Amino acid sequence: MFHDRDLTPELVEWKDTIRSVAVDSGLDFFEVLFEMVDYDEMNMIAAYGGFPVRYPHWRWGMQFEELQKQYSYGMAKIYELVINNDPCYAYLMRCNPLVDQKLVMSHVYGHSDFFKNNAWFGKTNRQMVDTIANHAVRINRYIDEHGKDTVEQFIDVCLSVENLIDIHSPYFTQKKSVSEEQRDKERQEAQGRRISTRSYMEGFINPPEVIEREKQEILEKIEKAENFPEDPQKDVLLFLLHHGKLRSWQRDVLSIVRDEAYYFAPQGMTKIMNEGWASFWHSRIMTGGILDASELMDYADHHAGTMGGGSGKLNPYKLGIELFRDIERRWDTGQHGPEWDSCQDVHGKSDWDLGHGKGIEKIYSVRSTHNDITFIDEFLTEDFAVRQNLYTYKFDRSQTQYVLESRDFREVKNRLLDQLANSGRPQIHVIDGNYGNRGELLLEHHWTGTPLKLDYARRTLENLEKLWGRPVHLKTQIDGKDKILGYNGSRHEERNEA
Amino acid sequence: MRKIDPDANRFRKIVRGKIRENLKQYVSQGELIARQGKKSVSVPLPQIDLPNFRFGQAEQGGVGQGEGEEGDPLGAEQAEPGPEAGDQPGEHVLEVDVNLEELAEILGEELELPNIEPRGSSSILVEKDKYTGITLNGPESLRHFRRTFKQALRRQIASGSYSPENPVVIPHREDRRYRSWNTTKVPQSNAVILYMMDVSGSMGNEQKEIVRIESFWLDTWLRSQYENLETRYIIHDAKAKVVDAHTFFHIRESGGTKISSAYSLARDLIQKEFSPEEWNVYLFHFSDGDNWGGDDTAQCLELLNHELIPAVNVFCYGQVKSAYGSGQFIKDLRQAYHENEKVLLSEINSRDEILPSIKTFLGKGH
Repeated sequence: MFHDRDLTPELVEWKDTIRSVAVDSGLDFFEVLFEMVDYDEMNMIAAYGGFPVRYPHWRWGMQFEELQKQYSYGMAKIYELVINNDPCYAYLMRCNPLVDQKLVMSHVYGHSDFFKNNAWFGKTNRQMVDTIANHAVRINRYIDEHGKDTVEQFIDVCLSVENLIDIHSPYFTQKKSVSEEQRDKERQEAQGRRISTRSYMEGFINPPEVIEREKQEILEKIEKAENFPEDPQKDVLLFLLHHGKLRSWQRDVLSIVRDEAYYFAPQGMTKIMNEGWASFWHSRIMTGGILDASELMDYADHHAGTMGGGSGKLNPYKLGIELFRDIERRWDTGQHGPEWDSCQDVHGKSDWDLGHGKGIEKIYSVRSTHNDITFIDEFLTEDFAVRQNLYTYKFDRSQTQYVLESRDFREVKNRLLDQLANSGRPQIHVIDGNYGNRGELLLEHHWTGTPLKLDYARRTLENLEKLWGRPVHLKTQIDGKDKILGYNGSRHEERNEA
Repeated sequence: MRKIDPDANRFRKIVRGKIRENLKQYVSQGELIARQGKKSVSVPLPQIDLPNFRFGQAEQGGVGQGEGEEGDPLGAEQAEPGPEAGDQPGEHVLEVDVNLEELAEILGEELELPNIEPRGSSSILVEKDKYTGITLNGPESLRHFRRTFKQALRRQIASGSYSPENPVVIPHREDRRYRSWNTTKVPQSNAVILYMMDVSGSMGNEQKEIVRIESFWLDTWLRSQYENLETRYIIHDAKAKVVDAHTFFHIRESGGTKISSAYSLARDLIQKEFSPEEWNVYLFHFSDGDNWGGDDTAQCLELLNHELIPAVNVFCYGQVKSAYGSGQFIKDLRQAYHENEKVLLSEINSRDEILPSIKTFLGKGH
């Protein structure tokens, strides 16, 4: 499959043209292979998360039906679908007019450049199409061995906890987990600290009972290290892989789910940037000569459709592209740095142009090193928030609807950053793998001020119990009080923290 | 077959299971009715998604973009906050389209409803074409590819012109096989449901809602059993009239109750439009059991005995409990018809009793 598929000669020509414009603009991408599909296939591939082959699971079917329904009611249509892989795979919808195909191709080259160069994608598997196909082979084998229902139910259990990974861990060297043999060796070698001395002083300087006591202490410490994660473990799935009561096929299924979760994680961490970057480039490439005059209205219509927020929603495409454009403008004119910040003169500011012309250079470096959080944190200025009409909203209980809360810059920015933290998911850590000295599992919800959705939390605990094989507990806050939710395989409990 | 079909079927199966599991709830809440399209119902399935640790969405709030003053309501669309709208399903409840036949099947399985045997079937026959065999001649559009191919393969093997190394099979003219059909006579299955409802002052909104829900499910089931189902709606207080479905469920009258008025209107309707020789007639009557004086009840029994019951497949009377009704009518009917198989009576005291009531009405398979 290392060719474009079903592209018309006209589109092949356009692909070459757009590709060379992209190269000339400085984009550095994985080669892109386009495939022409009809909407049925497009929805199918989208349901599979962009991959041509996935393991059997009902949720693909569910997503497919939803996409089909949306498409047939004219509510939504997938324009672009691109996979982070080397080479990149991207799909074009057969029924789209030429102007859309050109737009999508330009957009895809932006994504491909981002995949290749953004640091947060640096550790992702670039042969994921093959890897995911292999996952399917493995899971199909387990289905043959253990039956469809058994395997599917277990996959459901794993998926329910798939987001309990440490999305930052790929970027740091992992602490090697200590193996059993090593532990045994440590145990044998454990002995009290001996002070070297003359033999006749031995009994006084190194009394046997003290030596023995110290030895016991060391042994205890080893036992402890075995049962507890030494520090809170953010990669809950890894902990379950090592210590959960799982059969070998189950362990393998869990590791597949974990691998796929890690592969998709950077896309969640860079959604605003990635879409913003691709939109920035499709806009620049299209309006830089690729667009035919006759296509202008259609292009503008579709571009506006992608950027549209619709009744106050914040659109990642829109936020991203506007931020990149703002950065480009600020670094072209030199509107940054201490001098700019300290300037109090309104007129001076509005006419500020030092002619630096560093805009393009700057946005290229931003796309290499930032993720959404640092991107927003560093480049979303008060000026920008005002120009873009940003606000925070909250749920108003008395009106039972969302209301506009504030236009205060600090609040807008903080709320946005809060939402992006951990890709908008609660952070859950393992803090004790031998809770109550009964081999039970204790997790902690790292409190950031937003409560968990409790019915979901309870059902998730049920699934965790299946993976752990013993009762599981979760420390969190409910109505402002510290609580521990527990599930022992048949019964839920909720108690105050001891 | 598409690659995704096994997954889609798997999902369908899960949906079916969920609906079965929660059928009672769907029935008593009655929310499916409002979601009915022409051929399908959109069923909300809150529990089908995979649970995970997530934030209570309402508490979270978010960041938006646009005009407005502090305190302005944002409208319902805001419910899914911006940046991670894609990867956080939020409060979004999955809705699945289930076609009415499937829904009827689920209802039938759950209540163990027997299939209905059309009455008088032998007398009403229509002609139907059915593909039953194979012929040597026919239009190309009916060519049976597989049989043709097999025939060609057989001929080539027999004549020795087939080689497994180069498995080319070329059908000749005489290999071609075509589908052929027979015309058979099958019993006509026409059915009409006559719904009658008491809309007198004592029937409140809740009572009408119960009737509405129950008739929705009765309708769904009977529709799955008959190719051609008609419905007629009759409302009555002291007088009866034929109305459309919308009026039937929404009207609020007041005044006295004269059940016989409805029964005689039903009789006229049957005589005029739905001759029992050609139609399977279902008669449903819902009321709170209050009727004017003994005189009218006697008249009702008279109509039932001589005109209605002989003409219908089944006469079902559902008595909905209301604060005002005396509930006398069902007692009178019970006394008169306790051994008549064609008369089915049920009392519906609350929404939870809708399902058992459906079972009473349809469980016999008439």
